[in-house]
Parts: sequence; structure tokens; C-alpha cells
Amino acid sequence: MSTPAGVSAEIEELIEKNKKSRPIVAIIILFGGIFALLVSIALSISFGAADINLETVWTAVFHFNPDLTPHQIIREIRMPRVLGAAMVGSCFAVAGALMQGMTRNPLADSGLLGLNAGAAFMLALCFAFFPGLPFMYLIMYSFLGAGLGAGIVYGIGSMSRGGLTPMRLVLAGAAVSALLGALSEGIALYFRIGQDLAFWYAGGVSGTKWINLQVMSPWVIAAMIGAIIISRSITLLSLGDEVAIGLGQKTKTIKVFGMILVLVLAGSAVSVVGAVGFVGLIVPHLTRLLVGHDYRWIIPCSIVIGGLLVVLADLAARMINPPYETPIGALIALIGVPFFLYLARKGGREL
Amino acid sequence: MAVLNVDRIAAGYLSTLIINDLSVSIPENKITTIIGPNGCGKSTLLKAISRVLKTKSGAVYLDGRAIHQLETKEVAKKMAILPQTAAAPEGLTVFELVSYGRFPHQRGFGSLKKEDYKYIYWALDVTGLNEFKDRPIEALSGGQRQRVWIAMALAQGTEILILDEPTTYLDLAHQLDILLLLQRLKEEEGRTIVMVLHDLNHASRFSDYMIAMKDGTLMMEGTPEEVMTCPNLENVFNIDASMATCPFSHNPICLSYQLFQKNK
Repeated sequence: MSTPAGVSAEIEELIEKNKKSRPIVAIIILFGGIFALLVSIALSISFGAADINLETVWTAVFHFNPDLTPHQIIREIRMPRVLGAAMVGSCFAVAGALMQGMTRNPLADSGLLGLNAGAAFMLALCFAFFPGLPFMYLIMYSFLGAGLGAGIVYGIGSMSRGGLTPMRLVLAGAAVSALLGALSEGIALYFRIGQDLAFWYAGGVSGTKWINLQVMSPWVIAAMIGAIIISRSITLLSLGDEVAIGLGQKTKTIKVFGMILVLVLAGSAVSVVGAVGFVGLIVPHLTRLLVGHDYRWIIPCSIVIGGLLVVLADLAARMINPPYETPIGALIALIGVPFFLYLARKGGREL
Repeated sequence: MAVLNVDRIAAGYLSTLIINDLSVSIPENKITTIIGPNGCGKSTLLKAISRVLKTKSGAVYLDGRAIHQLETKEVAKKMAILPQTAAAPEGLTVFELVSYGRFPHQRGFGSLKKEDYKYIYWALDVTGLNEFKDRPIEALSGGQRQRVWIAMALAQGTEILILDEPTTYLDLAHQLDILLLLQRLKEEEGRTIVMVLHDLNHASRFSDYMIAMKDGTLMMEGTPEEVMTCPNLENVFNIDASMATCPFSHNPICLSYQLFQKNK
């Protein structure tokens, strides 16, 4: 047996050969995805009740003229909407990727595990008791609500004997989401705020305003940078706690930090579009399939693909039955539910 | 010389104590095996030694320093662990998993350096996994998978290896394969190996030092000759053993055994 330091010539050769193929795929996905995202954003802006061509979109963005109606439409209605869609998609996707990696639960998704319902419930409370609360504070209640939802689900899940299995968590998540949803609707009826809340439940980006984006983006950007910073540690956690500890990982610190990031991401997204589920389930799995298991690549690619998915869903939502809009929550569930069933059939085990 | 000292530890889960007031020393450059019946606290002891489980009282000393006070990444440079229930995420390739063994030696975003590649290829080589390195782990057999995890621990490049039942679920040839590998690592590189084994005869054949546990306490420790005796096996496992000598290692082995009558 030779010692590690002793092996040489053939290994040098292998090292050269092994300048790996996966990062190349990941880079293609990343840049291809960014390009596709920009194209879809442009298409999404040009498409709508008032037809606007891509050239006008370009000039409205880069040479804005407030006297032109199309420019007004683009600036005030369509741009915040599509940027909101992109941001929200990225948020849900990264939140899902973090949760799946940290808990090794392939069914982890902020919608399935009650975070979205918790955030929406808290928003309903805010509408009922503090009407007119500025968005700046609303979003923080949303974080809190996401934490509340996650807390209840994990609490219920861990009460059962045999501990937290992925399936048990999803069942607890479904039950808690149903309860919180019912409570929110009760509040909506009692306080007559049904109109305000309706679109939250359907999940829509149509109400997105610049102010939402302004308030939300610092949180979201900080959380995404945080997610990229801990991405390597997430990969280790995905090997299991004991292995991660053995490799010198501070598992508790990373989990607490990761959970905070998840709450901020899911909370921000819900405060803008409502409880849209499944984005955080689908996107990380798709990304993993494309770029492999390294979260240093999964997280950046999830940002791009998550944004792309929701922008496209929103575009489709407007094209299906114009001038009416199909709720994007329903559209994404159309892909999400079969996908969920597929994962659940695989046993919901081992990630 | 002892490299790991366990000093009067108590450890367990939530409110249940599994082991209480246990002290033991692990000799350096030797293979030490912990044996004992199911639920006696073997794995708990191993987890406490490897800092996976925090002790409730007492301390584990690594090179004379309390392990829980050391920077965990520094410990990971000296000690690698293979948990009993290691399961790789789907889609991970052999090479990728083994490369994570280099984590304690990396900084920042962790791209692999030449030094890292050397350890990874060496680990793949000694575990005989070179030809499988690009395969996803779930496509391998149980014995190969176990070797992948061992390769990861080897790539970590540590003096101490801690393994929880490394041969469970493997067939006879593969069990021996793993144990011979560990023996070679000890003899040729002077590694210190601590493991839990269920097979007493393997434990006797490959260990320099044995620790017998029962109900969370240490019943007996010493060389295989000292530990593998009829009275000890009766004490620890409650079996009536018939002993013989291993023709290969000349250590005592348990040829066969029966249970004592209930009313004894």
C-alpha cells in the first residue's frame, strides 16, 4: 500500500482528465437559464391586454418616456409584475433547495411543510387587526408567520412516535396548512376582508407594486447570498448529520442559519404572491437532475430556474383565457401535484 | 500510549442515560473493537468518542485535550468516522462522495487542490474503487457502497478511524475484505482504529484490544486472549460458549454456543 503522498505519475494524469464535466453543465444551465429568463421577462412584458412589441419594451426600460402610454403601462404595471414573479420564483426555489438539503427530506417544500400557510395566516391577521400596515412591516410578520407554520408542523411531526419521517412531516404540513387556511378564511369572513385576501390564496403576481419589490429585494438578495455562502455546508448536511459532524461541520449553526434564510425567503415570497406551493419542490429536484448533487451549483441554478418557472407560469396564466387570468398557484399545482405523487411513490426516502 | 481517553462519561438521548460513568483508554496504532449485546451502548460509546453525541458528564480527551473544546474541523483532521447508517443522496457519484472527505482540509468555497486529488485517488485505489469512480453510488452493491464510505473516511487522511459496524450486511468474503483493509491500514500506516463489531470471531482475529460492554457499563477490557474467555462471554452475552483457537490469528474464537437454561 502506498501512502497518499507517494502516488504520483498516473494520478497527475487522472487529475488533468478529471477537470470535471459537471461544472461545465452547471455553467451552461446557469447562463442559459439567465438568458432564457431575460427573454421570458421581455416576452411577458410585451404580452397583455394592450399589445406592445419588444422594441417598445426595450425603449421603455432603457429610454423611458413618461408621456407614452405603453411606457407607462410597462413601467407601472408589467415590469413590477414580472420582476416580482421572477423574484418570488427564486425565493421559493431556494427555500425548497435549502430545506431539502438540510433535512434530507425529498418532499420538503415551503408549501407542503406549512410555511406558506403560516405566513398567509399572519398576513390575514395583519389585514384584520392592523389594516393599512405598511408593507415594510407586513413582510416581517410574514417571516414570523412562516416560522409559526414551520414550528407547528415540526412540533406535531416530532410528537408522533418514531420521529420525523418525510411522509409524517408532509401529513402534518397538510393538516396544519388546512387548519391555518380555514382560520384565515374565517378571519376574512368575519372582518370582511375577503377581497383583500382572495388573490393571496389564489396566488397571483398581478398586484405586485414597485414598493413591494423595493422592500422585499434587500431581504431576498441578502438571503440568497447567505444561501450561496452556506451551500457547501448544505451539501455536507445532505450526507447526514453524523457524516457532516465527522467531517468537521458545525451542523447546528448551519441548520439555524439555514432555517432563518428559509423563513425570510418563503415569508418574502408569500407576502407578495400568497401561498403558492410546489415551486420549492419541483425546481431543486429538476436542478439536481441537471447539475448533480453539489449545492454550490444547485442553489445558484435554483435561483435562475425558479425565477424562470414562475415568469413562464405567469405568462401562461395570462394567455390561457384572456382577458381573464388563471391563478398561477393553480397552474403550478398542475405540474406540481403529479410530480409530488411521483416523489411520494418513490417512498419519500433518502435524498 | 493512549491517543483517546474516555474519562467517566455519561451519555444518552434526551432523558435516558445509555452509558454512565464509563472510562476507557484507546491505544494508539492499534485496532480496538467494542463488543456487547444489542442495546448495551456500543454505538453510544462510539458516538461519544467521536463527538457526534455530546456527553452529559465526564469528557473524551483526544491527545490530552477535551474533544468538545477543540475546533470541530481540527478534530476532523485527526479523526474520521463511519456511522452505522450512512446513506448517500441519490445521484451522487463515488468520486464526489469520496472527495467530501477532504472538507476538513479545505477553505472557503472548497475547490479541490492537487493534494486533495492525491488523497482521493489513493483512497479509491486502496479500496479498489478506481473503476467505479464515476458511477452513482446507488448503482453499487452493498459491499462496494461500504467501501465507498470507508474511502471517504480514508480521504480525510486522519490518524484515527472510527467505524460503527463496518461489516454489517456484507457477505463473508466482503466482510473479510474490509477487515483486512483495516488491518493493512494499521500495520502499514500505523493508524488507530476503533470499531464496533457484532462478529466475536472477527473481533478476536483482527483486534489488538477489545472492550466488552453490557447495560451501558464496561465489563472487561484487554487483549483478545483476556476478553474472549468462557466466563466473560457468559457474563456479557449470557451464552454458554465453546472456545477454540483461530488457525489464522491464533487468537481465541467461539466455536459454537448455546443458551443457559432459564432457571439457572
